[in-house]
Amino acid sequence: MKYKSQKVAYWFFALCMLLFTLQIVYGFIMGFARIGMDGLHDFIPFNTARAVHTNLLVVWLLTGFMGAAYYIIPEEAQTELVSVKWAYVQLVSLAVVGVVAIVGYHFNYWEGRKFLEIPRELDYLVVVNVLLFLGLILATLYKGKRRTTTALVLTMGLVFAALLYLPGMIWFDSQVTDSFFRWWVVHLWVEGVWELIMGGILAYLLIKLTGVDREVIEKWLYVIVGLTFLSGILGTGHHYYYIGVNKIWLVVGGIFSALEPLAFLAMALFAMYMYRKGEKSHPNKIALFWTIGASIVSFIGAGLLGFAHTLPQTNIYTHGTLVTAMHGHYAFWGAYAMIVLAIISYALPNMTGRKRYNFDAGHYAFWLANIGMLGMTVAFGVAGVAQVYLERIMKLDFMDVQNEISIHFIVLLLSATMFATGIVLYIIEFAKHGQPTDEALNMVEE
Amino acid sequence: MLSKSQARTFFLGGTLVTFLVFIALTVYSFQPKNDQTNHDKIDAKVIRGKEIFEANNCMGCHTIMGEGGYYAPELTKVIDRRGEAFVKTVLQSPVPWGSRGRKMVKYEMNDVDADAMVAYLKWIGELDLNGFDRVVSPLSKD
Repeated sequence: MKYKSQKVAYWFFALCMLLFTLQIVYGFIMGFARIGMDGLHDFIPFNTARAVHTNLLVVWLLTGFMGAAYYIIPEEAQTELVSVKWAYVQLVSLAVVGVVAIVGYHFNYWEGRKFLEIPRELDYLVVVNVLLFLGLILATLYKGKRRTTTALVLTMGLVFAALLYLPGMIWFDSQVTDSFFRWWVVHLWVEGVWELIMGGILAYLLIKLTGVDREVIEKWLYVIVGLTFLSGILGTGHHYYYIGVNKIWLVVGGIFSALEPLAFLAMALFAMYMYRKGEKSHPNKIALFWTIGASIVSFIGAGLLGFAHTLPQTNIYTHGTLVTAMHGHYAFWGAYAMIVLAIISYALPNMTGRKRYNFDAGHYAFWLANIGMLGMTVAFGVAGVAQVYLERIMKLDFMDVQNEISIHFIVLLLSATMFATGIVLYIIEFAKHGQPTDEALNMVEE
Repeated sequence: MLSKSQARTFFLGGTLVTFLVFIALTVYSFQPKNDQTNHDKIDAKVIRGKEIFEANNCMGCHTIMGEGGYYAPELTKVIDRRGEAFVKTVLQSPVPWGSRGRKMVKYEMNDVDADAMVAYLKWIGELDLNGFDRVVSPLSKD
């Protein structure tokens, strides 16, 4: 750690751990409900559990991205953050808005729009919060001694993510128009600007962990984010196939979303090539595992599994089934959760001065979480394909099909238990690092 | 060999061009002549139905136009499949509806709200969904 103000990132990462834990708890509530164990229905019905589960995911990932920015930007700009006090204000207000939203979901205080359930009043507070965050980051970059491509790509991703939140706040009388612009937020976030953020964090980690020349890494970063937008923007069309808009999206969405795996493939090849090319052997192998792992799993989850059902001819049958849940889980895990866990694993020893680089628990955490998530993805996939066949082809009734496939949710719960064990180990390791200290300033980083 | 400035140009140029095409296609999609939704049939009842649908996060369990929670049945053609009376009975049930083993939240809607929901679901049922409506329609069984 080179700058005192980087310590603020620790508390964002700590909030991530808390929200991630809660997200998993609500995931279990949903999993058990699917096998008929819905004893909590009167207090936490499925729609509440789902809104909490998905919104906590979004909030903890955004919190992680913010923490990453507070850690990376001072180092890249070679200056202290403009105001640590305001960064803490931003953190606390973010946590308060998140908690109010989550509690509110239990009392029907929501908008009922998938992924964007946060009620309108809280939307305005989110906007103020994000503006404060961006103000701090941009001001730090402005007064900084240098402006690197890594910092610019990361910041561009964060600015676009904030701008793209706005179309989701417009009210439409038509469900079709509503869905259309909801995807401007959700798709253009996860298959657009969030990839910029992921690319920025990945480039930073590769520079630090492999020692490859910054110019080489940043050149390829431009190519990757270029591919992301080239395919991802018009790839939004794959959400428009069957929601009541023009057939032109079948063609445009089909072609461009089929190209979307290219950006993830490029990212995976880029990370592996830089790792092989690098002459530096950084001792923080856990961070390296999460970094390279993120690039590979995101290609499989977001790229390949997305491609598996993105063509209109396939999607007409898989649209609205558990096949989407299969892709969603592995894509979010690989592309975003793992990169946040990677930057935490890298930054934590530097902020606390405790170099717990290669403890067994860290490796167990990585493998248990990854194998568990793979098992969950397979369970969702098998259930989804069976659902498509029975419901969409054989025309069986929805609930008859759900009863037939419920066995796969037992596999899902077993895999989720393995996944949760991995995450608990990760959080224990997080706690064992202790809190950040000024003594870690300028500590020699291998 | 590709230089860094060429890579930057590829990124900025590609982004700008595809974004402009995206905006143009969006404008094209919402021209009245391309409407597939019977937009002029959206009346106060349909709008009220949409408000109720959102206020109760029905999408958190059900799917509509294929979007939602995958926990409860698709609602796109529900009026065709089940009929108005059945849908109203479910919405007005004084106990959590769960005849097939999966419980729904108890809404106990009054007649006005239940009628608004039916109007909304009827409007949804008449959308041209580029073939998906046939996949989830009872007619597709033939």
